[in-house]
Amino acid sequence: MASGPAAAPPAAVPPATAPPPVTGSAGPAHVAPPPRAIPGSGEKHRHVLVAIVLDKPGVLNRVSSLMRARNFNIESLAVSHTDQPEVSRMTITLHGDDVAIEQATKQLYRLIDVLKVQDLTADPTVEHELALVKVRATDAERAAVIGIVELARGRIVDVSTDSLIVEATGTEAEVDSLLGLLRNFGIRELVRTGTVVMARGSGSIEESSARWLAGASPRASETERQLTVEGGASKEAT
Amino acid sequence: MTITRREGSRPAATGSDVSAPVAPPTAPPRRSHVPNDGSAEALAVESARKSMLREGPVRKRTRIGADAVCEALIRQGVDLFFGYPGGVVLPLYDVLGDYPDLRHILVRHEQGGAHAADGYARATGRVGVCLGTSGPGATNLVTGIGTAQLDSVPIVAITGNVPAALLGKDAFQEIDINGITLPMTKHNYLVRDADDLPRVFAEAFHIARTGRPGPVHIDITKDALQQETRAEHPTDEEVLAGLPGFRPTFEGHPRQLRLAAAEIARAKRPMILAGHGVLHAGAWDDLVALAEKTQIPVAHTLLGIGAIDETHPLSYGYMGMHGWKHVNRAIQSADLLVAFGMRFDDRVTGNVRTYAPYARIVHVDIDPAEIGKNVAVEVPIVGDAGRVLRALLPLVAEVDPATRADYFAELAEWRTESEGSSWHGSGAWRDGLLSADFVIARIGELTGHDATLVSDVGQNQMWMARYAGFRRPNSHISSGGLGTMGFSVPAAMGAALGRPDKATWAITGDGGFQMTFQELMTLVQDDIPVKIALLDNKKLGMIRQWQEIIYAGNYHSAHLLGPDFIKLADSFGIPGFRASKPEEVDEAIRAAQAVDGPALVWFDIAEEQNVFPMMPAGKGLSDLIEKWDGVEE
Repeated sequence: MASGPAAAPPAAVPPATAPPPVTGSAGPAHVAPPPRAIPGSGEKHRHVLVAIVLDKPGVLNRVSSLMRARNFNIESLAVSHTDQPEVSRMTITLHGDDVAIEQATKQLYRLIDVLKVQDLTADPTVEHELALVKVRATDAERAAVIGIVELARGRIVDVSTDSLIVEATGTEAEVDSLLGLLRNFGIRELVRTGTVVMARGSGSIEESSARWLAGASPRASETERQLTVEGGASKEAT
Repeated sequence: MTITRREGSRPAATGSDVSAPVAPPTAPPRRSHVPNDGSAEALAVESARKSMLREGPVRKRTRIGADAVCEALIRQGVDLFFGYPGGVVLPLYDVLGDYPDLRHILVRHEQGGAHAADGYARATGRVGVCLGTSGPGATNLVTGIGTAQLDSVPIVAITGNVPAALLGKDAFQEIDINGITLPMTKHNYLVRDADDLPRVFAEAFHIARTGRPGPVHIDITKDALQQETRAEHPTDEEVLAGLPGFRPTFEGHPRQLRLAAAEIARAKRPMILAGHGVLHAGAWDDLVALAEKTQIPVAHTLLGIGAIDETHPLSYGYMGMHGWKHVNRAIQSADLLVAFGMRFDDRVTGNVRTYAPYARIVHVDIDPAEIGKNVAVEVPIVGDAGRVLRALLPLVAEVDPATRADYFAELAEWRTESEGSSWHGSGAWRDGLLSADFVIARIGELTGHDATLVSDVGQNQMWMARYAGFRRPNSHISSGGLGTMGFSVPAAMGAALGRPDKATWAITGDGGFQMTFQELMTLVQDDIPVKIALLDNKKLGMIRQWQEIIYAGNYHSAHLLGPDFIKLADSFGIPGFRASKPEEVDEAIRAAQAVDGPALVWFDIAEEQNVFPMMPAGKGLSDLIEKWDGVEE
């Protein structure tokens, strides 16, 4: 019986003479321990993640299924090819606190087909989405609608007797504001692509993933990935 | 082609074929069952039949997808696997006979096959393999795959599927099994082309066993199994190059290791928490080396049992919801937790807010996603438990046990108190009823603490974790994360086949046993010497315990009728023994041990014994319930 009543004490040492620093499982009554921090700040913000993935069947399903299973709520998801063959790019926007987003990133890395994930929220980026809006516009209103669209640097791409199709591009907020104005006339149909984003400057997430794909330096990438992970997590430490 | 008719003149040799035997014209007409008897066509059929029935050397045939599967399994070091045939995997069974190195264990239910592969993997540290057909065969595997996923066990599950042309047409026994296993495997594949099979199998085994282990599922269409293929098996380099997104981190970051060493040097009341990752890494010796050098006591999780010999002076015991009170108390008062290969599961921490309130945490795990998931940690280290332990060892200073005298004395005091309060040394619970903890302790003792013990889920699992006394790595097998009832008998089957040098016991309750006991027949057919200890309290014990304590004694569906288990075992051809009193326990265990082959021991344990202490859901480690209703348990 290893763990039975007769088991030896952890170490053959004489009984304590001085009072131990902490007694009892709850600690001394006069020093109430602070509650252990639950990971995360709890402040939810909008985040934009870019994932570089292998263009294999089912990879979109894997990503979306993981997000669902891990209880992350995707706001938009845009998928496209990249300039590298066999590599696709996903732009995912979602709401959550810093640690939840870090969890999402780490969970994405667990997928075999995911090459690289980057949270571009805090970086200087170019962010765009495209919307097509079918707006109700009678002869009397048409000029007013066109005026608004021109102000917002949109384009009219189709005209019919009682409606217009407006093409709007810009950040999510810019598109939102145009939609707010057009709503006065009546929006009959709306489609938005979801945000796509690219970091400013000369760095390329695609090229770094492609080098990895070519098997150039898996070691470097390994370290890079670990630094990302640990750098993020040790922010809370000391 | 000319059809020669039998009527009329003698069958003429048509065309160029003149070799057909022709009945002598003088012989009396003989009735024949062979259509077109005597014709060239009939002869061709006849010769084909003969060659098909002829015994002898392997029939000449081309290499098909099914061959590629068998070759791949052998290349991966698979010596046996568990399967159940069905329509779409028959091409594989058709060629299995040509690969005598591959032993196929015919299970009675695919779930048993998946658990057996799981048990095999846990007992040996190698990849377990199971196989099912499409549709129901595949869905039956799902529980076993999920069990392996939640406990990070390396298995490869193979299923057949309908021919590629029929995919998505709701064909007979077609189900989107790839979609079903997607969220519960480490990775999964759908193979429609035999040429992909060698690569997919090499990748699957690599993924299953590398980094944080886990199940990989391969779904193969029937035509891919039948197709001719010349595809060659990839080299290790080719496999790695084909998986650019799979590069687990093994070595801990030097900066983080230095931080961890500094935390250890500073700590006055440190604890090491050992999890399943230590066993996966084969790092039990490294763990003990670090513990001894730094004089830090080691607590372990349920799946970390065996990471340290429980009789080692620095082994402090099993933590968590039903763990030892002294261990939980030590964690709650520790100033440093050094966790290796565990995930701070809710069964380990309870309420995270009140968990280890004085402790800083060093968390070592190979999966970055586990770090900071459940608890915030001070020093995260991504890496293989073994490599991190070895890298950490030279960085820490040797500690004189005397400097921890006060700490150790207090731990020893807590231990004596906690072990004494929840133990029925007499073997009798109330009124002389047989106590389950005593039964478990005797099994541990009589097997020399060396057997592989496989628990089911529920009270039996907790009793086994607490009282069996484990000394050997991988000698404890249990479904921790998914908590799969019915796990023990099939998993023990796999464990026994994987480690035939060790005795194997399945320790199960009457509930879990009644879920999968059909595998008893597999034990008999394949002569697998598993001993089964059935702890029968005629209840779903853990359900009853929760209903008693948390649901105010509202016992609904906790009472469970069982058959006469001796007669049941007998009908399978398995010797059964029974013990109802403490003094009968040893004799029954020894009788089962004396049987050459499987045996069952039916223990009539007290019906209302609870597992204490118990941490109620949502409460913290300091809120353990040790007694209920004023009754001494």
